[in-house]
Parts: sequence; C-alpha cells; structure tokens
Amino acid sequence: MIVFFRKLIYFLFFLPTLLFAQVHQKTLDNGLKIFVKEDHRSPVVVSQVWYRAGSIDEVNGKTGVAHVLEHMMFKGTKTTKPGQFSEVIAAAGGRENAFTGADYTAYFQTLEKSKLPIAMKMESDRMQNLLIKKEEFAKEINVVMEERRWRTDDKPTSQVNELMQSLAFVSHPYGRPIVGWMNDLENMSHEDALEWYENWYSPNNAILVVAGDVKPEEIFALAEKYYGPIPSKTIKERKPQIEAEQMGVRRAEVKAPSKLSYLQMAYKVPALDKDLTKNSTDVYALEVLAGILSNTSASRLNQSLVNDQGLALGAGASYAMITRGGMSLFEFYATPSEGASVIDVEDAIKKEVEKIIQSGVTDDELNRIKTSVIASKVYQQDSVFYQAMQIGQLETIGYPYTLMDSYVENVKKVTSAQIQAVASKYFVDERLTVVTLDPQPVDPNSKPKGKPHVH
Amino acid sequence: MFIKFFICVSLFFVNLSFAALKIDSWTTKEGMKVFFVENHDLPMLDLEVNFRAGSAYDQSSSSGLASMTNHMLFLGSDGITEEEIVNQFAILGAETGSDFDSDKSSFSLRTLSEKKDEAFKLFKTVIHKPNFDQEILEREKQRYISSLKQSDTQPDSIGSKAFMKALYSDHPYGLPNDGDVESIALIENTMLKNFYNDFYSANGSSMVMVGDISKEDAMKFSSEISQGLPSNGKNSQLPKVNKPKVTELTIPHPSSQAHLFYGFPSIKRSDNDFFPLYVGNYILGGGGFVSRLTGEVREKKGYVYSVYSYFMPMQESGPFQIGLQTKKEQIGPAFDLVKKTVKDFITHGPTEKELKAAKDNMIGGFPMRIDSNKKILSYLSMMAFYDYPLDYLETFSDKVNAVTREDIMEAFQRRVKMDEFSYVIVGAS
Repeated sequence: MIVFFRKLIYFLFFLPTLLFAQVHQKTLDNGLKIFVKEDHRSPVVVSQVWYRAGSIDEVNGKTGVAHVLEHMMFKGTKTTKPGQFSEVIAAAGGRENAFTGADYTAYFQTLEKSKLPIAMKMESDRMQNLLIKKEEFAKEINVVMEERRWRTDDKPTSQVNELMQSLAFVSHPYGRPIVGWMNDLENMSHEDALEWYENWYSPNNAILVVAGDVKPEEIFALAEKYYGPIPSKTIKERKPQIEAEQMGVRRAEVKAPSKLSYLQMAYKVPALDKDLTKNSTDVYALEVLAGILSNTSASRLNQSLVNDQGLALGAGASYAMITRGGMSLFEFYATPSEGASVIDVEDAIKKEVEKIIQSGVTDDELNRIKTSVIASKVYQQDSVFYQAMQIGQLETIGYPYTLMDSYVENVKKVTSAQIQAVASKYFVDERLTVVTLDPQPVDPNSKPKGKPHVH
Repeated sequence: MFIKFFICVSLFFVNLSFAALKIDSWTTKEGMKVFFVENHDLPMLDLEVNFRAGSAYDQSSSSGLASMTNHMLFLGSDGITEEEIVNQFAILGAETGSDFDSDKSSFSLRTLSEKKDEAFKLFKTVIHKPNFDQEILEREKQRYISSLKQSDTQPDSIGSKAFMKALYSDHPYGLPNDGDVESIALIENTMLKNFYNDFYSANGSSMVMVGDISKEDAMKFSSEISQGLPSNGKNSQLPKVNKPKVTELTIPHPSSQAHLFYGFPSIKRSDNDFFPLYVGNYILGGGGFVSRLTGEVREKKGYVYSVYSYFMPMQESGPFQIGLQTKKEQIGPAFDLVKKTVKDFITHGPTEKELKAAKDNMIGGFPMRIDSNKKILSYLSMMAFYDYPLDYLETFSDKVNAVTREDIMEAFQRRVKMDEFSYVIVGAS
C-alpha cells in the first residue's frame, strides 16, 4: 500500500514525459513564471498555480500550516465571500481543487476554454487579497483535523508511513507529516495561517501553467492583465536543514487494529541534483532499479515474494527521484502473508537486493523498463491535466521542465553494473529505517489514543 | 499529498451532446455489441471488453467465484505462464487492466498503434484461453481470504459491506463483491471454468475501442474477440430488488471517527426518473464543494472532511447512498444535520438559483467529460454495457435542460422516502 504522495512522485517518474517541444515560457516583471502547453484535441483548458511552499518550509509547532492555508484559500478575499470561488467555477462548468505536498502547494481549475478568464481573475485575486477570518478558520481547522483522522489516525498503514518518515528524517523537515501533527493543528491560530500566506504567497514564489486548447500569446496577455499588477515580495531565506548523519539502522513499530501486519523499509538515497550537469548516474540507476523491482506483478519483488514464495500478499518498491529537499528515500513495502513474519519478509527483500548485487539484472528486465518509459511518453499526452502537472511539479521543485527529455535518454543509458553499484552502495544498515505494523485485535471498547479533544 | 476535498466519484456518467464525437456501432455475428470512436490524434489505441459476469451472478454458496474468475484471467493462458504474459505485454509497452463490480467484469488494453496487432493477439489469448491453474488458484484464494479478513478490521469496509447487506438482504447485490472467507475456500478450478463458460460468451457482452485504428481493423478485432468466446452462455436475468426492511445498525469499533452509511435501493440504469433525480442530487450532495450537504455539514459546522450523496444506477435498483466520517463524539449532531438537510430538500426542492447553477455546471462542463481517449472509452463502455441508445450523448443536454424545480421535487417526494432509509454506523461510541 502506497501513500498518495509517494505514488504521485513515483507515477510522475515512472510514466514520464511528453514531447516538450510546444511549451512556451514567459516571466512577468513581478517574477511570475508562466508556461503554456498547447493541446488542441478538445476545447478544454487547465490552469494551475503552483507555490514554492510546502510542508518542508514549516517550522516546529506549526506543522500542517501549508495545508491549512490551502483550505483557507477557498474562504474568501476582500471582494469575495467564503465558498464563492467554488461556486463561480462550478457555475462556469469547471472543476477545481488544490493539493499540498512536502515541496509545494498547487491550485487548479479545468474549464471549457472560453471560461479561462474567470478562473484567472479569481486565482489572481486570492494570490494577493485573501482574508483569513477567525470564525472561518475555527470551522475549517476542524475539517482539517477530520481529514487527518480519516487519512492517518484510523489507517494503520498510514500510521506506519508517518512514523517511518519521522524516524528516517530526524533534522530534515521531510520528517514531519504534510497534514501536520494533531497537537499542532489543535493549537493553530488564524494568525499562523495568515503569517504563512504573507510569507510565501506572491508572484515571484509561484508559477502558472496553462495547458489545452489555447494560444500562448493570448495566455501571456491574460496573465499580464490579471497577475501582472500583483506586487512581488521578498521571500525569506530558507535554511538548508540537512539531515544529520545516520549511524545505524533505526527500527520502530506501530500497534493498531488490523488482521495483517505490514512492513516498510527505507534507505536514504540522494535525489537528482538541481544542477543537471552534475553526475546523475546513481540517481538514474536507482530509478531503473525501482522499476525492475516493482513495475509490474512479474517484477522481482512480487514475482519472488508473492508468486513464488508465498511469503507476502503484496510487495513493492518506490523511489522519488526529484525532490526539493535534496534527499530522498528508496522504499520497500510489503504485507506479509498470514503465517509469515515481518522478519521473514524483511530477510526476503534483502535477499532480492543481494541477488542483484551479486548477479546484476538481465537485459530483458532493462529493456522492459525502457520500453515502458518510451510508451508512457505517448500515453501521457492523452491527459491535458497531467501534461500541466509535470511542468508545474518540475519547475516548482527546481528543475527545468526540459528534464523530461533528458530523463528518457538517461534511463536508456542505465546498465546492470550501475544498478549493482548503487544497490551495494546505498542499501546498507547505516541508511536503513524499518517500521512494522504489529496488528491488534479490533477491540470496540478501547478508546482512541491521546488526550480527548476539547473544543 | 493532501487534497482539499475528497472527490467522491459520481457513478453517474453524465454526457452532453458534443459534435466532435462520432460513435460507430455494430453487433458481431456472435452477438457482441461494439461501440467505436476513430481518432488519430495520438498514435495509440484503447479498448475494453465487458461481460455480464459481476458478483451479482454469483450463488451465495460460491460467493466470490465471479471475482476470482475475473482475477484469474490474467494469471496464465494457453500454456503461457502468468509471468510471461505480464512480461510480454511489458516488452510491447502495452498496459492492461481489469475491473469488477456487481454487474460487470471488464478487461482493458492500452497499446501504441504500431504494436496493436501483437498486443491485441496476446490480449485475445488472455480473454479466450485462461489456464485457471489450480496451484495459482490456491495461492490467490489465500490472498483473497487474508484480504477479506483484513477488510473485516477496517471501519470503511465493515460499514460498506453491512450497508449493502442491509439494503439487499438475499438479493445478489447483497453478496460481497469478493466473496467471504468460507465461500472462497471452496472454489475449485472446475468452478472457474464453468463460470467462464456460462458468463463469458459474446452474446450479451460488449466491446469498445477508441483511438488510432481504422473501422475495418476495429471490426476485425471485434469479430476475432467474439469468435473465441464460449458459445453456449447462460442468459440469466438478475432478480428484481424488493423493498428491504429498514435496518438501523451500529457497529462498535475503536477508530477515532464514526463512519455513516445511509440510504436505500433506488434506481436502475433505464429509470424514467433518472434526470430529475440526477440533477437534484447534484444540488443535494453530488456537486462537491457547492452541494447542500457539504455546505451545511462541512462548511457551516466543520463536522467532516467529506460528506456526499449519490445514486448509483445499476442493472437492477442500485443504492442511493449518503456517507460521511466524523469524530465519534459528534456523529449524533452530524447525522441529525444530514437528516434535516435531506428532509428540507425533499420537502421544498431546490431553489431556482440552485437549479440554474446545477445546469450551468453540467452543460458547461461537458467538454471536460470527453477530453481524453480514456474518458471517452469509459463513457462508451457504460453506454454499450447498459444498452443506452446511441443518441444518448446528443440528447443529454436537452434532457438536463428540461428538468424543472417541480420535476425534482416531485421525483424526490415519490422516490426518496426517508422512512425507508437504512443506516449503518461503524465506530459510534
């Protein structure tokens, strides 16, 4: 089971790339970067605004504020009422939403193309004129706490993942949950949200991506009209917050109501350097290795642990190759079969890794991954939203969108020897964190842990 | 990644007329219905085959057999191992998928057009010649059983299963899609073979294709698929759904949130009240951020992250369902507010303003519903499977537009009776 965030990054990079020839780019005087991708198959347009502000930029005691602000962005501005944004977009036939990650926060609308100015007008309005009212905040923070209960507190595998992140990253902000710790949410104020908005929401800390049945010059003109007048801000310095060196394996367990156990293992590994001229051999080798281990049900982990040995009900691996925080995890996860222990499964995963270190991977395995990457390049063009998403994600994190072209070429170059080298270099105890789920019977009388919430 | 709003996938597929979409349709000699949209914008082809072989065709003693048949189809064919099949698709760059619900069992293929003949040949083998290997079956039974036991510990699955049982009792829609621990244990490969022979025939099934292929080739593909399917299938009709006894069930669970499931068996695919109920439900609880339920329960009170309502029209009467999750101490007031909101809506109907906003959204948003091959495929698939007329798309916008406030009120008052609703709450304190 994979949490959405990880899956998304993985998805981006395992099914990557469209042809980027038609991306047009412009930067407004206030620093807003604009990217336009034409796709004239349908009379539809997607507009996305990405802010370079995510949970990685939060500080202790205020975790979750990036995501809370994202919720408050729908609660009205100096000239619009709470909920009006959504009403206007819906009445224009549009769909809209927003999402917060560790590295960014993004807002999007998909509309019939003639309706784009409506979305631009309102999105630019809330870039500078948001009102965070105390009484609206008081209601919305409860919504966010319900979201946390639903996504994390009552989902055993989410709890394992949350603990995994916080154990693997002790000093780096990737250790903190995107949704925030419950106690921080309980003590958050509307001033905290306002402070976040004032710190990070400005055109020079954002990018606009528009994709669909549009002409670049028209989009640049519209953007100039709506976003052009917004003043830029001085963005405060970001601390590097480099993770302290890990000295040995880290282990923990979660007890939660469940029938089955669950295992998550993560090795600290580098992410792709923002300077693309630097050597990226290791990163691409890790990327292809993740695919060889778990791209399909016949990939090594599932084939061996599930199909051949019957040790696990499911097993996979993932690697987030692009991150703003400069480091990443190469993760393994598995659900042991009834009768198999988490230790058996951990050993079996390590044996698969050992096999690769000893004997490498086959040409067939490499070719299947490379073929899949190339085919995906075509399939991705079927989704206008996804085309915009790739540009937005890369540019916000700090890579040029053209990375997608070099990505395919670099994947094609990966060799078995390089994969052996990264497996033996990075899959060592000094980089490893293991968190397991110790399943507990469902006891209806047990109370949720922690202090009762008083409101 | 945290999304502001849990988007409840509305199981109504809404379509409005769209000039650019030209649908071809034919029936193969063996009786398979085919819908096809030719489109050469991208060098790729999507196709899907649907069988009337969902869990509603299970017997209660062998519940889960239909699901297992669907699942086992890709696990070895014509002497080719499961591993080889997956790897052969992978080296072609093709992607396969399968889907399963109470009504249908479906299989899809996405391929580059330059590889379509090879990919289709392999896909055909999978569909026509399943091995149903006993050893693999034993392994998969164990995975099913463990997964069912796991579901029985998680509040959402516990509630959803109990809710369907409450609404459908002994009707096959009350059977769990993936069976239960006891019935799965009894499945043998001969049962899979028999189920396949009975329910995977061309007659009554459907196939859709969208993308870079000529009509001539598409016709060839559809007849090749048809020809290799079992020829003497059963033509079993699903029984009608009877009005259930009202169930009010509370299931304890140590979770921090209580999960509510509330509703009744409502409409069929071919229902005459479809349009007023659908447009009405957008206003009540289907329209995401702007629905009444979200406005009252989330925006005004902060009780929930997600609250929704939907009609799920099926072959026979599918559920109308309202759902939410909230911390267990406040499930009482949250549930009361849901009831009050629904009651107000049934009694007074929507306002003219709400109705206009709903129509603007559905009609204005139509282009986004068919802006990719994948989306077109899923709409065609639904239309072909449920025998929708070919002009369904063309007439849809007029039908939405014709709905009045009075139509909605009348249809809701006649069809949505709150004293016939059942509920299940998991995790109430």
